[in-house]
Amino acid sequence: MIKPNLQRVASIVTVAALTFSLNAAVASDLVINEEISLTNETAAPAHLENLTTIYSGWNFRKSETQSLQMDDFDNPGMIFVDQAIDQWNVVEGEAGKSCAACHTGGVEEFAGLRAVLPRYDEEAGGIQSMEDYINECRTDRMQADAWKWSESKMTAMTALIGLQSRGMPVNVAIDGDAAEAWELGKEIYYQPVGQLDMACASCHEDNYNTYIRADFLSQGQTNGFPAYRLKNAKLNSIHARFKGCMKNIRATPYKEGSDEFRALELYVASRGNGLSVEGTSVRN
Amino acid sequence: MKRKAFLIIGVTAAFAAMATAQTTAKTIIPDDVVFDEYGAVAMSLTGVAGDAANGRKLFANRKLGNCLACHVNSEITEQAFHGEVGPSLDGVADRWNEAELRGILTNSKNTFEGSIMPSFYRTSGFTRPLEKFEGKSILAAQDVEDILAYIRTLTE
Ligand code: HEC
Ligand code: HEC
Ligand code: HEC
Repeated sequence: MIKPNLQRVASIVTVAALTFSLNAAVASDLVINEEISLTNETAAPAHLENLTTIYSGWNFRKSETQSLQMDDFDNPGMIFVDQAIDQWNVVEGEAGKSCAACHTGGVEEFAGLRAVLPRYDEEAGGIQSMEDYINECRTDRMQADAWKWSESKMTAMTALIGLQSRGMPVNVAIDGDAAEAWELGKEIYYQPVGQLDMACASCHEDNYNTYIRADFLSQGQTNGFPAYRLKNAKLNSIHARFKGCMKNIRATPYKEGSDEFRALELYVASRGNGLSVEGTSVRN
Repeated sequence: MKRKAFLIIGVTAAFAAMATAQTTAKTIIPDDVVFDEYGAVAMSLTGVAGDAANGRKLFANRKLGNCLACHVNSEITEQAFHGEVGPSLDGVADRWNEAELRGILTNSKNTFEGSIMPSFYRTSGFTRPLEKFEGKSILAAQDVEDILAYIRTLTE
């Protein structure tokens, strides 16, 4: 009865004429400080059945937002990275240590880490995110208080550590010991939830490159996290983003730092295997 | 109804009065709506004629119909952003009759299997709904009839 393709074309033309010009998902290259060239578009990993090409969320943003990320002096997220550099040397906790006291190679030691997280951890017996490793050092090794999952000190530290992997391809393992959590994450990704009864896939797989009211949908990739959002003027953790998306569809989110969100984080990261770690991205 | 109470507190009295649905003895609760095999609903949900002017407001309201999130509608030019997830609703009343449109509005999934379009008049079968929406439909029965009356005016 309806001709979806024709209708779709008609509606796109109307929208464009009505109000604004469409962003093109297949945008220009993402080059930072005129020297670091990032992969913001590449072939989808083999496990992804429904997509052939994957794109960074950067591609879907307006050019003004895009350019903020292209120079570290303009990137508002870098203020928080500077705060984390200071925090790195702060002595806290009963053990009287700073991060620097033990990680003597400097934060550069962590080059490559962001690209492979989250991952299965033998000792923990489950999936561990960057936040888990940081808090393990704080509680077990520094005898200091754990940071909350998305508090500013935590997002700043994950930004600083993530930046050490900028430009490296996301490469999380999905097989072996990680397989069980990955399957759970996949299940969550495709499960319609909430009063609006939508799945992550409804928006980020079936309708990316499309306006939903004023929002231009991306593939919901996590390679740019933590992300500085113009909307709330701070760095946002991956789990906080998941939580926000679930609340928007009137679903009860899982808790930040829950096994479900770690599993979902692993699965979503694996959908971006091959895209560059962006360090600290800028989004709206 | 919690949602109505919120609206009355939060929005101007005039708007709240408009958004307050009449519940009559004839109102059919969501679980009792009868769909035909193509997903159409022949019977009015309330027995009260829809108010197209109110329906137009509900259509654009982000917390209620929010139809503009996914549909272009050239009849509403005062709102800047029209989504494009679904087809344009220009001339939609020429394509579907009243019962079919009521069915699409009540529970789109009976007409379009697996649709991303929310079921606006359904209270059961959800996974992990936020507590404050549990057991509630997105729209009240009269809201559906009002939006229906409005989209029935969308002819080419
Ligand atoms: C008392 C010494 C000590 C302190 C203080 C310390 N760490 Fe660690 N950290 C370690 C050790 C030991 C490991 C485990 C290294 C390994 O397993 O290869 C580790 C591991 C890590 C890892 C995971 C690295 C990986 O490759 O798996 C991160 C991230 C980390 N630390 C960050 C921090 C941060 C941020 C701070 C300060 C808030 C900090 N650490 C403070 C000793 C310390
Ligand atoms: C109703 C549509 C919708 C659903 C369903 C949805 N999201 Fe989103 N999501 C958005 C919008 C809008 C944005 C902001 C624009 C963009 O990047 O797509 C966004 C952004 C994101 C981002 C940030 C992307 C970036 O590059 O900054 C991630 C990650 C994400 N979503 C993950 C998820 C996950 C995981 C789920 C399922 C739990 C989900 N989303 C469900 C609409 C949705
Ligand atoms: C999240 C997106 C979304 C929202 C919100 C939404 N719809 Fe839809 N709607 C769709 C899609 C997509 C279709 C096409 C059917 C399909 O493929 O699932 C559709 C189809 C329709 C159709 C049939 C159109 C035709 O030309 O054949 C009507 C009528 C309709 N919607 C009305 C509405 C009304 C009225 C509202 C608000 C109460 C609404 N929709 C809200 C996504 C949406």
